[in-house]
Amino acid sequence: MSRIAGRFAQLKEAGRTALVPYLTAGDPKPDATVPLLHTLVRAGADLIELGVPFSDPMADGPVIQAACERALAHRVRLRDVLDMAAEFRSKDAETPLVLMGYANPIIAMGVDIFAEQAARAGVDGVLVVDLPPEEAPAIRQALIDYGLDEIFLLAPTTTEERIRQICGQATGFLYYVSLRGTTGAGRLDMEDVAERMKCIRTHATLPVGIGFGIKDADSAAQAAELADAVVVGSALVDRIQAAADPHAAATELLQDLRAGIDAAGRTGGAP
Amino acid sequence: MPHSSFPDGYRWPDAEGHFEEYGGRFVAETLIRPLDELAAVYREACEDADFWKAFEEDLAHYVGRPSPLYFARHLSRANGGAQIWLKREDLNHTGAHKINNTVGQAMLAKRIGKTRIIAETGAGQHGVATATVSARLGLQCVVYMGSEDIERQAPNVYRMKLLGAEVIPVTSGSKTLKDALNEALRDWVTHVEDTFYIIGSVAGPAPYPEMVRDFQAVIGREARRQVQEQAGRLPDLLVACVGGGSNAIGLFYPFLEDSDVRMLGVEAGGHGLDTGEHAAPLARGRAGVLHGNRTYLMEDEAGQILATHSVSAGLDYPGVGPEHALLKDLGRAEYTSATDEEALRAFHLLTRTEGIIPALESAHAVAGALEAARGMPEDAIVVVNLSGRGDKDIDTVARREGLSL
Repeated sequence: MSRIAGRFAQLKEAGRTALVPYLTAGDPKPDATVPLLHTLVRAGADLIELGVPFSDPMADGPVIQAACERALAHRVRLRDVLDMAAEFRSKDAETPLVLMGYANPIIAMGVDIFAEQAARAGVDGVLVVDLPPEEAPAIRQALIDYGLDEIFLLAPTTTEERIRQICGQATGFLYYVSLRGTTGAGRLDMEDVAERMKCIRTHATLPVGIGFGIKDADSAAQAAELADAVVVGSALVDRIQAAADPHAAATELLQDLRAGIDAAGRTGGAP
Repeated sequence: MPHSSFPDGYRWPDAEGHFEEYGGRFVAETLIRPLDELAAVYREACEDADFWKAFEEDLAHYVGRPSPLYFARHLSRANGGAQIWLKREDLNHTGAHKINNTVGQAMLAKRIGKTRIIAETGAGQHGVATATVSARLGLQCVVYMGSEDIERQAPNVYRMKLLGAEVIPVTSGSKTLKDALNEALRDWVTHVEDTFYIIGSVAGPAPYPEMVRDFQAVIGREARRQVQEQAGRLPDLLVACVGGGSNAIGLFYPFLEDSDVRMLGVEAGGHGLDTGEHAAPLARGRAGVLHGNRTYLMEDEAGQILATHSVSAGLDYPGVGPEHALLKDLGRAEYTSATDEEALRAFHLLTRTEGIIPALESAHAVAGALEAARGMPEDAIVVVNLSGRGDKDIDTVARREGLSL
C-alpha cells in the first residue's frame, strides 16, 4: 500500500478528515522549507503538498504567484525541491508528500529522471496542474514505473463523463477544485460543492479532497463535512509570509483548521 | 511542373489539436469544458456557409479587405536583388492584421452566447482590435497588458479606453505579453460561464492555434491570388515576423502545398542572439510547455521561462505558435532573426523609400526580406507581410534617437 493510501486508511479507521497544508518550496528562502514542513506535521498535517515554484503559475492567485517569485529569486529549481523532500523524509517516514506544480520544470528535467529522483527522495504523489488526463500520458508511465501516485484535479466545470474517466485514471486521491478561479480566490458556495461532491462520490473509489478557497476554521469545517481531505494553501502561505514567527503562525492556523475539521467530524458529516 | 510539398495533403493539427509533438491542451481542468465548447462551436461554424459569408462580408466592409499587394519598387531598388512586394495588412481597420482574427472570434462569442470578452495584448494591436469588435457588438471588454508594455505603447492604451475597454495592467513576472496571457487565463478560469477569451495569436491551447490560423489565412489566400494576377506567378519567398506567429501562419498557410514557394519567419533578435537578450525561441529555445501548448520556448535549464527582449512589444514573447515549431522541424519553413538595430534600419529605409511607416514588429520581417532579397536574382519575387503600421511606435523610435515627442 502506498504511503498516501495507508494514511487515508488510518484516517478512515479513526473517523477523521485529513488536513492537507500546501507550501511553495523555497519560500521565502530555501532553508526555511524543511523546518516548516516538520512544523506543519507537529501542528496536525496529515499529508503535505509541496509546491514546485514556476515562473508562470497560470492557475495560481496572487499569494502563490508571489511565493513562486520569492522562491525563484533564490533560484530554487525542481532539483532543489527534491533535495528538500529527501531531507524532510530522512526525519519523517510517515507523512505523505505530494509535489504540486506545472509541467515545464518536469519536462526540462526529463520525466524519467524526475520520477526516479522523486521516488528516491520519498515523494509519494505528483499533481501537475497543467497536465489534464489528455496530456498526462507524457508522464504516466514514468510515475507508474517508480510507484508515484498520479493525482488529478476535478473542477466545477468537469462533466460527469469526465469525472468517471478521471476517477478511473487517478491514483492516491482526487482533488476537487471547489471554485471557479485561481488558488486562494473568492468564497465557497457550499451548496454547489455539496452537489458536485455527490456526483463525484458516485464514481470515485479513491478519497476526495477539497481545496481552493479554504481560509479558516469555518470553511475547513464545511469542507470537512463533504470531503476526506481539506487542502489549505494561500491562507497558509499568506499567514507565514506576514508573520514575524512563521512557525508560530503556521501552527496557529493549522490548529485552528484542525479544530474546525474535527468538530465537523464529530457531527457525523464526514463519510 | 510544381509539385506539392505534402503529397497526401497538409493534415495538421490532429483531432486533439496536436501538430505532431507540439500543440495540445496543457491547461488546468477547469478550462477543459470551455475549450471543448469552443472547439464544438468552431467545428459547427466551419460547416456553416452563412458563418463564413458573414465573416467575409465583415472583412470586406468593416476591415477593408482585400488588403493590397504592393510592389515596393523603390525599396527593392535601394536594396538590390529580388523584387519586394508588401502585403499591406497595415491598411486594415485598426492598423494591423489582428482584426481579421478578432472579427472571427467575436462572431463565435456571439454564437456561443458569451457577453464578456477578455484578451491579452503586447503591442496593443490585438487589444485594440478586440476592443474594436467588442464595441461594435456591444460586448463588455477587458484587456490585460503588461505594465511595461503599457508604458511603451501609450497611444494604443488610450485607444482601447476610448473604445470602452477596461485595460488592466499586469505587474507580475516580467510585466510583458507572457504575463498578460497568464492573467487572462486566470480571469477566464474565474469567469468561465460568461466570458469568451479572444487569444490574439496562434498560441494557447487547442483549438486556438488552428482557429486563429484559419481566420488569418485570408492574408495568404488573397496574396496567392494577387501575386498571380499582378506578377503572373507564385512568389519565390514569403517573409513574415514571428512573435506568436499569427501573421506568419496567415500568410504561409495557403502556400504550404506549393513546394516551390519558400517561407521565412523572422524572430526578434533583440540585442543579438548571443547576448541572450532576444525573443527567438525557434532559433535558440527548446521544446517545453507554456500557456496551454507544447512548443519551442525560451527557458533556463531548470524549465523556468526566461524574460525576453525586443524593441517591439508584439514580438516580446518567449514562446511561439506550435505550428511554427512543426514547420521548422519539417523544414517546410525556415526561421531567422533580426536584431533591434536591423529592424530599426529597415523601419527607416521603408519609411524613406516608399512612404510607408511599418510597425516595429513588421520591420523585423522587412529586415529579413531585405537580407534574403540581396542574395536573389532581380526577377525573383519576395512577398513580405507588412502586418501593421508604425504610428504606435513613433514614440519608441523617437526616444531611441534621443527625442521626446
